[in-house]
Amino acid sequence: MIKSNSGIRKTDVINRRMFIIGAAKIIVFVGIVARLFSLQINENKKYLTLSDKNRIREWKLPPTRGNIVDYFGNVIAGNLKVYQLHIIPEQVENFNYLLVRLKNLLNLSDKRIARINKLKAELKPWESIIVSENLSWSQFVKINNYLYDLVGVKPVMTISRNYPYNDVYTHVLGYVSQPNEQEILENEIIQERFVPGMKIGKLGLEKRLENHLIGTNAIQRYEVNAYGKRINQLEHQKGEQGSKIRLTVDTEIQKACGKLLNQKAGSISVMDIYTGDIIAMYSSPSYNPNLFLFGISNDEWQLIRNNPLKPLINKTLSGLYSPGSTIKPIVALSALENNVVDTKFKVKCTGKMELYEQTFHCWKEEGHGWVSLKNAMKQSCDTYFYEVARLLGVDRLNKTAEKFGLGKKVLGEYFDNEKKGLFPNTVWKKNNLGKGWVLGETLITGIGQGYTQTTPLQLCMMTAQIANGGYAIKPKIIVDSNPISYEDAKQSMERGLLFDSESEELIDKKLFKDKKNIKIVQEAMFASTNERFGTSYKSRIDDPKYQFAGKTGTAQVKRISKRERELDLELEQIPYKDRDHALYVAYGPYINPRYALSIIVEHGGSGSKAAAPIAKKLFKLIIDRHDLRNKQSNFERITV
Amino acid sequence: MFQHDRLSNEITLFQKIKNLDYILLISVILLSVLSVFVMYSTDGGEILFHTKNHFVKLAVFFPLMIFIAFFNIKFWHNFSYLIYFIVILLLIYVSIFGIKSSGSQRWMDLYLFVLQPSELMKVAIIMCLAKYYHRLKIENVNSFTSITIVLSIIIIPIIFVISQPDLGTSILIALSGLIILWLGGVKIKYFIYSFITFLISLPFIISFLKPYQKLRILTFLDPDRDPLGAGYQIIQSKIAIGSGGLDGKGFLKGTQSYLDFLPEKHTDFIFTLFSEEFGFIGSVGLLILYSIIIFRILRIGSISRSNFARLFCFGYAFAIFIYIVVNLSMVLGLLPIVGSPLPIMSYGGSSMLATMIGFGIVLSAKINHKQMIA
Repeated sequence: MIKSNSGIRKTDVINRRMFIIGAAKIIVFVGIVARLFSLQINENKKYLTLSDKNRIREWKLPPTRGNIVDYFGNVIAGNLKVYQLHIIPEQVENFNYLLVRLKNLLNLSDKRIARINKLKAELKPWESIIVSENLSWSQFVKINNYLYDLVGVKPVMTISRNYPYNDVYTHVLGYVSQPNEQEILENEIIQERFVPGMKIGKLGLEKRLENHLIGTNAIQRYEVNAYGKRINQLEHQKGEQGSKIRLTVDTEIQKACGKLLNQKAGSISVMDIYTGDIIAMYSSPSYNPNLFLFGISNDEWQLIRNNPLKPLINKTLSGLYSPGSTIKPIVALSALENNVVDTKFKVKCTGKMELYEQTFHCWKEEGHGWVSLKNAMKQSCDTYFYEVARLLGVDRLNKTAEKFGLGKKVLGEYFDNEKKGLFPNTVWKKNNLGKGWVLGETLITGIGQGYTQTTPLQLCMMTAQIANGGYAIKPKIIVDSNPISYEDAKQSMERGLLFDSESEELIDKKLFKDKKNIKIVQEAMFASTNERFGTSYKSRIDDPKYQFAGKTGTAQVKRISKRERELDLELEQIPYKDRDHALYVAYGPYINPRYALSIIVEHGGSGSKAAAPIAKKLFKLIIDRHDLRNKQSNFERITV
Repeated sequence: MFQHDRLSNEITLFQKIKNLDYILLISVILLSVLSVFVMYSTDGGEILFHTKNHFVKLAVFFPLMIFIAFFNIKFWHNFSYLIYFIVILLLIYVSIFGIKSSGSQRWMDLYLFVLQPSELMKVAIIMCLAKYYHRLKIENVNSFTSITIVLSIIIIPIIFVISQPDLGTSILIALSGLIILWLGGVKIKYFIYSFITFLISLPFIISFLKPYQKLRILTFLDPDRDPLGAGYQIIQSKIAIGSGGLDGKGFLKGTQSYLDFLPEKHTDFIFTLFSEEFGFIGSVGLLILYSIIIFRILRIGSISRSNFARLFCFGYAFAIFIYIVVNLSMVLGLLPIVGSPLPIMSYGGSSMLATMIGFGIVLSAKINHKQMIA
């Protein structure tokens, strides 16, 4: 009984204690349910967001660049489908075997193979390695044929920049390539849209208009696992292609310029004398910008870099040349405007001019005899212009020259490599060289030698402003939102006013005091090309439709010694580097002029022999395309 | 004294089957089926390694549970000490010849499956202490000798388990043992004094912890301290549970688990996956299912005539409760991370074996609830 009593007592104790613990259990379970409630009901939104943040990853795809078209809508910088070859390492069964197969199929270099192996070690196994960025179609077909044997290889189609005219527009457009770190950091838009494999403008308009051309990223949303591997695609958000940009250039003329300067170093610029549209702007030699898209090979790069004709320099904008005799129209105009000379004023040319025991030679040793302004221009008599410059003084000449655009950038902000050149005056010399001006320097400035440095585009603009009757124009290469038609520009100019589309007001664009003076210079330039003994008489076109007026120039690149003058060497006998630059500026047609051009052939010898004939060939094409161009003026209003 | 023996010894097989507790049995079957489905989800919706193994283990251990149930509760009472000593021997064996894995030595290779004796100890210690208190006179419960003996019974296995090292299982063994002490009638003030002593010596204990264990405690206190390192598990676990919402993301649609953000989703974090896919409703449902099991075990204990069966059932019910609470508190970020599986749901043979043995003895107590044990 005692035992059973104690048994019952023990049972009571156990039961009592069980109830205490049972109550505690209920409280704890309620606590857990409360915690579940707070996580799953109260904070559900927060954790759902976190869960989505875990699993959804966005991939930005490279944006598609906007097209650049010429005046007629031809794409000159577009996009092309390219075929690429990717390897996804985790799908490859035998990596070394695959590389050997690919090496044979695509002729990959050992260096490339080593690079692929390095990439493989760096990347996650599901990240694709780009074996070849740009497969030819035949390579692509070949790979597809052997695909059964190439496990883990993925042929991919993607979009790449393409320049269909190869080297024709290189100096205008520049090119695109992979950005470096600094370029990404400097531009916020690039920074925001950057994805590996994206290319940005490195030079020219591609660089300048980067923010317009770049386009927006397409975005792909993927579900990823904890290791970042893509599991499936959730959404694809299309990107917008960058803005289309229309240039004022004419591909046919640009191409012709390239052909005319083939194998020569030099530059041709063609400009609409009323609207300031740049019709062509070619620097020779050029190079193929497509080479840079997928990383230029060292061999090709060295070939371009070491070419003695310097293809990397945009000669139209950054080439600085003495204008030589092409400056004479400005000297003549300045003298007329300042009433230093008139049409009757004559100078006797004896082939040289003595000044303070220094001899200044005319190009014609035996001299031109008594010459008037017209004859001096026509035959490019240096002595006449020495004398006129002496009478005029460099400061007055400088004023006229700067009015016509010398010593200033023509396109301003559009090209960072544009140079502003120099037209000297006494103040400039004092400030920069610390010495006083010497009268002899005025003389050589009068024939476009000495300190004067001009870009080919400046000479083209100068000529255009003489051709249009002496009105300032604002050269442009991009068709703006409100393009002024050729007729409107011409009419407003003839009223002496020009509608400036930027400030939207009419501005006085007159560059002359007396319209007659412009006319005199124009006539003199006409004579130089179309009258006997004119320096470019041989390059004239008699058909009034194409007839043009111009001025030759021959710029010395080194001082000619007395001995050399006596030797009177033929061009071929002089070392290339010492040969004169040949220049020619012209406008046409003479009646109702429309276009101006400037031609420079580096070390081409005399302007009349090397440069003027090019103008003859080019003018026919330019004038023939005028009607087409006119019809095209309202083709499409594309804005920047 | 022997008048009741006749009754119990003559129970036929038919009566045994009839006397099984069907509510408990159905609950365990439901839980088992659920666990297979959840395991199928951890395998990414395919019948792979974990699903197959889990199913095979259930298929073996469930019949084992019934088999155990058909033995008289007296039999289990008689062999309680022996079983305890066998498990102690296994722990000693493991500490010498055990398989090492990720820094701890807990397992022994039985060719068919790998056994973790410390899991068996969770049940064995309850059996051992239940028998001890069953036989102990109520007057002697608070005697120095008896307290020393029961503390030794608890501390000996813990020394082996903690040196494996396995803090989680040690704590569960200790709590399972202490609850029998509590139920047996050890004075409340002893528990209070011990608890105070424990709190005071806590800093001292912490200094003995291994660096990874200290890190776990620090991480528990501030999971955002190192979100990609030590805090990763708990953060991802909370995201999974929280994002489940009211009704969950749906079966096989738990992105956190499917996309491998959840660590140890087969074992200790199985509830996280369940909760993500079935939401608050599912989680509470699971808790209710567990509560039914616990309640049935308590009920079986309270109808048992023998104090051994009563102590075992109450103790085992509490142990199950503690496993659940420790596991859920851990995945819910309420406790530091200690390795502790969720009964039946978690993948792991030893844990399931121990749980099924426990249920088997509980069912044996039910069949033989009228059995008196001397």
